[in-house]
Amino acid sequence: MSREIWVGTRKGLFIARRNASGWAIEDTAFLGVPVSMLLMDARSGIAYAALDHGHFGVKLQRSDNRGRDWQEIAAPVYPQKPEGVSDLDPMRHSEIPWDTKTLWALEAGPPGREGELWCGTMPGGLFRSRDHGDSWEIIESLWHNPMRSEWFGGGTDLPGIHSILIHPDDPDRITIAISCGGVWVSEDAGDNWQCRASGMRAAYLPPEFAGNPNTQDPHRVVQCAAAPEVMWCQHHNGVFLSEDKSQSWRELGEMPPSWFGFAIAVHPDDPDTAWRVPAAKDEERIPVDGKVVVTRTRDRGKTWEVLDRGLPGEHAYDLVFRHGLEVSPGAECLAMGSTSGSLWVSEDEGDSWSTISNHLPPVYCLRLVE
Amino acid sequence: MTTIRFTSNIQRHVSAPDLEVEGDTVGEALQHYFQRYPAVRSYLLDNQGAVRHHMLVLADGISIADRERLSDSIEPNCELFIFQALSGG
Repeated sequence: MSREIWVGTRKGLFIARRNASGWAIEDTAFLGVPVSMLLMDARSGIAYAALDHGHFGVKLQRSDNRGRDWQEIAAPVYPQKPEGVSDLDPMRHSEIPWDTKTLWALEAGPPGREGELWCGTMPGGLFRSRDHGDSWEIIESLWHNPMRSEWFGGGTDLPGIHSILIHPDDPDRITIAISCGGVWVSEDAGDNWQCRASGMRAAYLPPEFAGNPNTQDPHRVVQCAAAPEVMWCQHHNGVFLSEDKSQSWRELGEMPPSWFGFAIAVHPDDPDTAWRVPAAKDEERIPVDGKVVVTRTRDRGKTWEVLDRGLPGEHAYDLVFRHGLEVSPGAECLAMGSTSGSLWVSEDEGDSWSTISNHLPPVYCLRLVE
Repeated sequence: MTTIRFTSNIQRHVSAPDLEVEGDTVGEALQHYFQRYPAVRSYLLDNQGAVRHHMLVLADGISIADRERLSDSIEPNCELFIFQALSGG
């Protein structure tokens, strides 16, 4: 059972705990500082918080005592850009900065490789640490892959890696997703990469480019822990499913109340069960009809239930970002945080939701901590 | 000697005391500072060693011209004042 919900927001880290009277915010850290990503490494019990100071750049903090004390550690750093090298954004023809702009994904490595961490960033660099974040190396094979020149920003100026999936039984297999750069897989711990977004469709591009796997905008990709060959993707223009470890993807079609959204979560034990938070599509990005709902499928996307018990039903304009919906390892708990500062929790697989707060800063990311 | 002073706003995040250093250019002076206080470097400079987009470095009250290579010459007894630009606020 999850005992804590860690919430990274535009103005700090908030920790909610379940006590005798229910869930409540009990601790804070980094007040006033944007927290772009969080990780509690279950292997070591070490917590990590990615900060974005704006003026002063992005930083990484580590806690050995569940958030009571924090220490600044090394943040991923891009290599020196060689003289004369031009690295242009394909749309604007402006230079891509070789500079860590946002720490957008942070995941623990596989069991047996304690200390290994993976970090996805804007403008598109993937980094690995082998020492609990004391030092980082950029994955050169991906950064120097010629296909990276097609990547561009989705909702931001720069491309970014937001999803990193470590295969639970194959420690060398890593899947990442990029907005906008499709889905990429390495089967040899990051030495070689293949773009694996075949079947995805980018309706926002001119028709002749819509099928290019390398320019897809997967908003979020998750895999089922018990059946990691099954991956779910909330894409910019629909929900896509892969049942063959990202070799191919198929679109699930229309669904209530809309196919647009950012966040998606899959049941850790059941690849047929997934949750998402729909929104009116890209030109609006608000809840459909001003009603916050979660939708759930239990049949691998054939049908979806609309779950709204405990959620605001009128004039609610909460948007849930891609890291704002999480399910606990045993699925006993779901948590959801919004751009309007609402934090909700469900302890019945989404059937009903309880409000923890409606007054937090805009929520960027959540982690459920045992 | 050049005196380097940082805005008080940065002190919450990293200790950046005033310090007198040697150096004929902005870059040389900062290099001496970072030898003494290495944690401050990434708060001022980006991954390529340029002044961060929303940071400002004043040399005797004038914003430095070369924000990438930090090659501006500085006078003896210069004061470098380093603070955040309102553009990033």
